[in-house]
Amino acid sequence: MIDTIRGENLLSLDNLSRTAIIEVLDVAESFVEVNQRAIKKVPALKGRVVASLFFEESTRTRLSFETAAKRLSADVLSLAVASSSVKKGESLRDTIATIDALGIDAVVMRHQSSGASLQVSRYVPHVHVINAGDGLHQHPTQGLLDVFTVRQVLCERHGTTGTESGGELFDGLHVLIVGDVRHSRVARSDIAAYVALGAHVRVAAPGTLLPDDIENWPVSVADDFDDALEWADVVGLLRLQSERGSGSYVPSLGEFTVTYGLTLERARRLRPTTLIMHPGPMNRGVEIDSRVADLPSALITRQVANGVPIRMAVLYLTVAGSPKESTL
Amino acid sequence: MSTFLLRHGLVVRADTTFVGDVLVENGVIADVQDTISAPSGAHEIDATDCWIGPGFVDLHTHLREPGREESETVMSGSLAAAVGGYCAIVAMPNTEPALDNVALVAYVLERGAQCPIDVAVAGAVTQGRRGEKLAPIAEMAALGVRLFTDDGTGVQDPSLMRRALMYAKPLGVRLAQHCEDELLAGGGTMNEGALSSRLGLVGRPALAEELMVLRDIELVRLTGGAVHFMHLSTARSISLVVAARAEGLAVTCEVAPHHFTLDEGACEHFDPLFKVHPPLRTPSDVAALRHALISGAVDAVATDHAPHAPELKDLPFDEAPAGMLGLEHAASLTYEALGAQTCAPTQFFNLLSRAPARIAQLRAGDSRLKLSAHGGALHVGDDANLVIFDPQQRWTVRRDEMLSRSTNTPYDGRAMFGRVRATLARGQLIVENGVLT
Repeated sequence: MIDTIRGENLLSLDNLSRTAIIEVLDVAESFVEVNQRAIKKVPALKGRVVASLFFEESTRTRLSFETAAKRLSADVLSLAVASSSVKKGESLRDTIATIDALGIDAVVMRHQSSGASLQVSRYVPHVHVINAGDGLHQHPTQGLLDVFTVRQVLCERHGTTGTESGGELFDGLHVLIVGDVRHSRVARSDIAAYVALGAHVRVAAPGTLLPDDIENWPVSVADDFDDALEWADVVGLLRLQSERGSGSYVPSLGEFTVTYGLTLERARRLRPTTLIMHPGPMNRGVEIDSRVADLPSALITRQVANGVPIRMAVLYLTVAGSPKESTL
Repeated sequence: MSTFLLRHGLVVRADTTFVGDVLVENGVIADVQDTISAPSGAHEIDATDCWIGPGFVDLHTHLREPGREESETVMSGSLAAAVGGYCAIVAMPNTEPALDNVALVAYVLERGAQCPIDVAVAGAVTQGRRGEKLAPIAEMAALGVRLFTDDGTGVQDPSLMRRALMYAKPLGVRLAQHCEDELLAGGGTMNEGALSSRLGLVGRPALAEELMVLRDIELVRLTGGAVHFMHLSTARSISLVVAARAEGLAVTCEVAPHHFTLDEGACEHFDPLFKVHPPLRTPSDVAALRHALISGAVDAVATDHAPHAPELKDLPFDEAPAGMLGLEHAASLTYEALGAQTCAPTQFFNLLSRAPARIAQLRAGDSRLKLSAHGGALHVGDDANLVIFDPQQRWTVRRDEMLSRSTNTPYDGRAMFGRVRATLARGQLIVENGVLT
């Protein structure tokens, strides 16, 4: 367990303490204000170079990381893998070495292989590596922005600020995570973050989409999805990962929707205060009914918006190391 | 120079040992006595405090020739083997193309004939190792091939495996199986369990191995054939084989040093050096394998020496090929697993030489294939395939010092107990003081 990500890599939330997570959330909160200014830029990472390396498709993660880096005044090197030498067979190691040779301070990386960012961190130990999603393993900034979003909403309800509340609003919070837990890096990061902050996490999924060793996870398994929905303060939906073969884990998408989709009927039975979350991209009509996705209690676009301050905080803490108020 | 006098070592026969001298002349053991006076011109090798036994025989070596010569050649692999104390190795057929016909087998045998140690070949069971149609087993058997396997994968189709057993039986050849049901192992890259789940790596369940072991035991019962189970990695696989052997079924098994020295925890940092099939298992499996080595439940230690050039191995974990080096440290790891100071020399040589020579049918040698006899009891007149093992010597593995063309050892920097001091193959001194002569 580490108590701060200052000057470190961010590869997983598994080894982050409550203190480390709250620090990121608090720094992110200070960056929210920056994003509301007319001139959305601070010089915190001026002269630093952040490389963005996405070996797998992404819309929101990539855009929000690059936006975050630019708002911190960092220079961004963005590799479009589809039109790069990776397509000519250049290895991950050589690709990293090439980018490193151009002079970089951090690399934000997404890769289809679990552990790829950890491997890259061994190739370039002098560069801060930030995992933007690796295979089925981890998606740490998604986990952080999810808990940040929940804290933000709960603080608004309680008339407090995130920094004041720290992590106390998570104590005993009921979080239900629904769907393809087995193949989800978001689930692994979300669960680590919620549990570190003191929430109770329950998972609901068809038996095939639960990990084989779910009994080792710090969660309980919902016996009944509808009961669990009533229990939940937060419902986190997961995308059914068809590209990872999830299709053959359930008889049909239709049956998944009937059994574990957040349909309009189910959404109507949620308590009015229950928050609905989805990391995107959504399969509307599969894990979430299209109309549910557009309800006010669905925080999906807010999650996307919060991706920017969270990623600013992560870049700032890892790359700049120690915060200096004057640079903000 | 063709006369060697091995002085004052512990001579390890099948069941007994005594301190004495071994004289090697013209490729054979010329004398074994308490004391032998050196003939003129004899090269004397002091073996005080060392064990003199039959050269090791590896049932499971991947030479990458033809097809992947940048990773290993027949020559480089055999030199690595010699340093590890091996006087004979059985080359696996999963080359590119696979060794599934007489011409390709003959090609590797010819390459092997130029090496200082004996290189035997295992032929593929099925054409192209695709698991669809039988390879020309009888033709390869006529050439002298004694072991057949699709290693890398097992024969998945049970009816095809049944037919292979029926076809092999009257030919007097043995099938060796890599046991993993690939449908159940399903593209997995490490042992299935809590760690694979946390790391987001797809697991290869122990059951995938055990089901195929069980299936093949039942097919042996059905056909009266014989199967050698390769690189068993779980406690339950060993129990299944022990029970089948007790019933009198013709089954043998090997374990690989990495499976009795390393557990799945080594995969924690996604280092592809630790990726291997079957995968590194749990600590309790490792303990069970070590126990099985000592108890005699396991017939042989085999290396599954699997060289991969750096550019092939240094990839994301799920993309990297499976396999690790084995030849140069197998004897030391076996000695350690057998208890080091409490290791019985007879058991050590049984596991590394006598049993594998019997399983590979190399006890008598084969004049057509120019293969000498292995795994003997150091009788006068035996082909002089000998190793001098120094149980006292400690050393450290250095990947840059490996003789293999590849460096994918999982033991870089690890302290080892006991080391091969000298290897005499076909009466020639190939390795002296731990290095090639």
